[in-house]
Amino acid sequence: MSRSSLLALLLLGLLSSVAMAQVQEEERPSDDPVIEQRLAKLSKELRCLQCQNQTLADSPAGLAADLRREIREQMKAGKSDQEIVAFLTQRYGDFILYRPRVTFTTYLLWFGPFALLLGGLYVLFTYIRQRRDTIAEKPLNADERRRAEELLATSGKERA
Amino acid sequence: MFKYLIPLVLFAVLVAFLAIGLTRDPHEVPSALINKPAPTFRLPQLKDQTRTFSADDMRGKVWLLNVWASWCIACRDEHQYLFGYAKSGVAPIIGLNYKDHREDALAWLEELGDPYQLSAVDLEGRVAIDYGVYGAPETYVIDKNGTIRLKHVGPVMPEIWSQKVLPLIQQLNREGTK
Repeated sequence: MSRSSLLALLLLGLLSSVAMAQVQEEERPSDDPVIEQRLAKLSKELRCLQCQNQTLADSPAGLAADLRREIREQMKAGKSDQEIVAFLTQRYGDFILYRPRVTFTTYLLWFGPFALLLGGLYVLFTYIRQRRDTIAEKPLNADERRRAEELLATSGKERA
Repeated sequence: MFKYLIPLVLFAVLVAFLAIGLTRDPHEVPSALINKPAPTFRLPQLKDQTRTFSADDMRGKVWLLNVWASWCIACRDEHQYLFGYAKSGVAPIIGLNYKDHREDALAWLEELGDPYQLSAVDLEGRVAIDYGVYGAPETYVIDKNGTIRLKHVGPVMPEIWSQKVLPLIQQLNREGTK
């Protein structure tokens, strides 16, 4: 690699670090161990909206730290977990909840798999019943028996 | 005969669902604040720190709140277009400078120009939480009664402006206050 491209890379690295300089105060855990415990539990149920596959507990994103600060402050002010969740969903919608609420729009999500299971069981049992009927051995009537004997007799002759 | 069509129909349904899924942006979180009152706040202004700005100052006007920061790369893409939107005169644009160092923010406006009527400083991101901000740039259209009517996450590119934002602002400008 030439010297100039190395320099360019270095500059690029510097530029991006400058560009990412976000004001972020250091996260201060609460002195109250109960609050920290509640936060740890609650923030596992909440989605970080910046990196959507992480919980608020795991996310290093600035927004997640801000939301944890907000939650700590509200807990300190005596808010219940439900009140805090309501505060967050008012602002960020149900999307912030990892466990979707059971509402009319999520019925399919919650109960769809069970409906599929029931449907599958129904199909399975009707299939089994039909199959049992078709393979059930019925005694031959006189006509059938005569035809079968005829067939056996001819095939015996051919073989001989 | 019909029996053999069932898997085909099921497959078609599956394909339809997947096709719809492809056209949706999973990063776009539906805003919970549409048609809700814009949260009130009072924050210091960026350029003149002795003055403050409050969302209540804009009562009776249709206005845009644009969340930006000098560290936000997509904001840089959007910035050049904001001048045209501001110049069209349909609605003033107020900046919400989000978790930014003051000197960086001022340098950015110096370098790229300042399309904002003014920018308010949200250093700790508290007002942003009230507005449900999760990724700059974000733009809110707020009507004369102080109700949020539209939220756009990501840069407001010219086609979004002309298709989504401008028609709404024009309609809201015609509406009276309650």
